[in-house]
Amino acid sequence: MQNNAQETERLRQYKKRSQLGSVCRRFAKSRTAMFGLILLIILILIAIFCGFFLDYEGEVIKQNVRERLQFPSWQHPFGTDQFGRDVLCRVIWGTRISLSASLVIIAIATLFGALFGALAAYYGGMVDNVIMRVMDIFYALPFNLLAICIVASLGNGMLNLGAACVVGVIPGFTRVFRSAIMPIRNQEYIEAARACGTRDLRILTRHILPNAMGPIIVQATLNLAITILAIAGLSYIGLGVEAPAPEWGTMLSDGREYMRNYPYLVIFPGLAIMISAMALNLIGDGLRDALDPKLKN
Amino acid sequence: MGRYIAKRLLLMIPVILGVSLLVFTMMELSPGDPAQIILGIRATPESLAALRTELGLDQPFWVRYFNYIWNALHGDFGESWRSGLPVLQEIMVRFPSTIKLALGSMALMVLVGVPVGILSAVKQYSLLDNVTLTGALIFSSMPSFWLGTLLILAFALGLNWFPATGGDTIRSYILPWITLAASSLATLVRMTRSSMLEVIRADYIKMARAKGASEQRVILRHALRNALMPIVTIIGMDFGKLLGGTMIIEQVFTLPGLGSLAITSVRQLDVPMVLAEVLFIALLAGFINLFVDILYVYIDPRLKSQYVMLRKVRR
Repeated sequence: MQNNAQETERLRQYKKRSQLGSVCRRFAKSRTAMFGLILLIILILIAIFCGFFLDYEGEVIKQNVRERLQFPSWQHPFGTDQFGRDVLCRVIWGTRISLSASLVIIAIATLFGALFGALAAYYGGMVDNVIMRVMDIFYALPFNLLAICIVASLGNGMLNLGAACVVGVIPGFTRVFRSAIMPIRNQEYIEAARACGTRDLRILTRHILPNAMGPIIVQATLNLAITILAIAGLSYIGLGVEAPAPEWGTMLSDGREYMRNYPYLVIFPGLAIMISAMALNLIGDGLRDALDPKLKN
Repeated sequence: MGRYIAKRLLLMIPVILGVSLLVFTMMELSPGDPAQIILGIRATPESLAALRTELGLDQPFWVRYFNYIWNALHGDFGESWRSGLPVLQEIMVRFPSTIKLALGSMALMVLVGVPVGILSAVKQYSLLDNVTLTGALIFSSMPSFWLGTLLILAFALGLNWFPATGGDTIRSYILPWITLAASSLATLVRMTRSSMLEVIRADYIKMARAKGASEQRVILRHALRNALMPIVTIIGMDFGKLLGGTMIIEQVFTLPGLGSLAITSVRQLDVPMVLAEVLFIALLAGFINLFVDILYVYIDPRLKSQYVMLRKVRR
C-alpha cells in the first residue's frame, strides 16, 4: 500500500518537470557548460559595467606618448601600446564592442534565418525553391570574400561590418532552420491546427517555431562565437572598426608592427578573443547535449 | 553516373551567374567614381569623360553586365583598372600560392584529424581523449590570425626555425599550413570521434569481433568505412572555409596569393579584378563540392545502387 503511494508521488514529481526544466537540469549537470556560462556572465558584466570604472575619453583612447610601449607592470598589468594607452583598459572596453556587436548581428540573422527557413519549409514548392536557390548563391562564396565585397560596396565601419556579417550568416541559418522545421510541418498537431482554421501566421509562430527552437538556439549560440572571430578577423585585415576604438582585431593588427620587441601587444587582445569564443562554444555544446541527449556520446 | 555529373554541372551555371550578378551589383553600389580613382584627383573633366566612355561606364547597368558575361564566356575577363594587365593573367600568377596553401593545410587536416579522431573514439574517456577534446575546443575558439601571430613569434622570431613572411620556399609554408588547418582540424577531430563512436556500438562491430577479426581490421575496415560519410562531408565543406581563410592567413604571413590580391583590389575598387576573382573562387568551391558528392558514391555503395535503381524504375 505504502509502495503504491510512493509510486504515485514519484509520478507526480515526474509530471512536474517541464521540458524546459529538464533541459536546464541537464545543462547544469555539465561542468564544462557551466564553466562556459560563468565565463560568459563575467564577460557580460564587464561589458555592461566597464563604463562605470573606466573613462573612455581619458583612459581608453587618450594618447600619452610619455608612457608609450611600457612592458606589463603593476601600474599597467597588460603594458601600454605605441600611443601610451593602457592595453588592459582597451581590452576590457573591447569586450563591450565585440559582445554587443555579435549579439545584435546574431539576433538579426536569427530573425531573418527563422523567417526564410520557416517560409521555405512551411510552404515548400516554389517558395522553397526560390529561397534556397538564392541562399545557394550566397553560400557559394566563402564568408570572408562575401564580407569583403559587402564592406567594399558600403564602405568601412562598424555598421557595415555588421551588415556584412548578417548577410554572411543568414544562409547557414536558413538551411539549419529549414531542416529543423521540415519534420514538424507534417506532424498531426499542425494538421489539427489547420483543420481548426488557424491562420498560417499563427501556425508558424505559435505551433511550429516553438517546437523548432532547440536547433535554432544551438545554432545561434555557436554562431555567436563564429561572429566574434569574424568581426576580429575582418577588423584585422582593416575592414572593420576604425581606429581609436579598441576592437580586439584592430588592436592585434596595430600591434603587429611592434610584436618583435613587444609581444604582449598581440598576446592579450588575442587571448580576450579566444576566451569569449570559448565561453560561447562551451555553452553551445552544452545546450546541444541538453536539448538532445541522444546526440551525446 | 555521367548523367548525374552533367546535371550537377548544369546546376552550377545559375549559381555562378547569380554570384556574378550579386558581386556586379555590389561593386556598382560602391562609393566613388572609378574613372576618378584610376586617374587621380587632378584629372581634367575631359579625360575623365573619355575614360568613362572607354570603360563603358556611360552605358546602362544591364548592358554592361551582359557585355561582361558575354566577354567572360569567351575567356576575356578584362584588364585590371590598376595595373592595366589582363585580369586572368594576374590571377594565374597568384593562384599557385593560394592553392598550395589550401591543399597543404587540407592534407595536414586530413592526415592528422582523422587518425586522432579515431584514436580518441577507440580510447574514449582516456587521457588521450580528454587532451584531444580540450585541444579541439581551444583551437576552434582561437582566431586564426592570432594563432599565426603566435607561431611567428615563437618559431620565426624566437627560435628562427621558419621564415616569418614570404612564400618562396616550402619551408615558409609550414607555419601557414598549421595556422590555416587548426580550426578546421578541431571540427574534423570532433566529427570523426562522434561519428566513430556512433558506429562502434553497432551490432556488426560486435559480430566482427566475435568472428575473430583483429582489432585493427575491425576499426579500419568495419567501423571507419561506415563512419566515413559525415567525415567526408565535413572535409568537403571545410574546403570552402579554407579558401576563405587563406585571405586572412595570407595577410598574416604576407604570402603573394589570391587573398591578398582580393583585399587590395577591393580596397582600390578594381572591379574587373574583384569580379574575376570571386567567380574563380566560387567555381573552385563548386567543383570541390561536386567532387565530394561523387566521392560519396564510392564510399557508400548503397548510394550508387539507389541511384541505379531509380534510373531503372524511370525506364
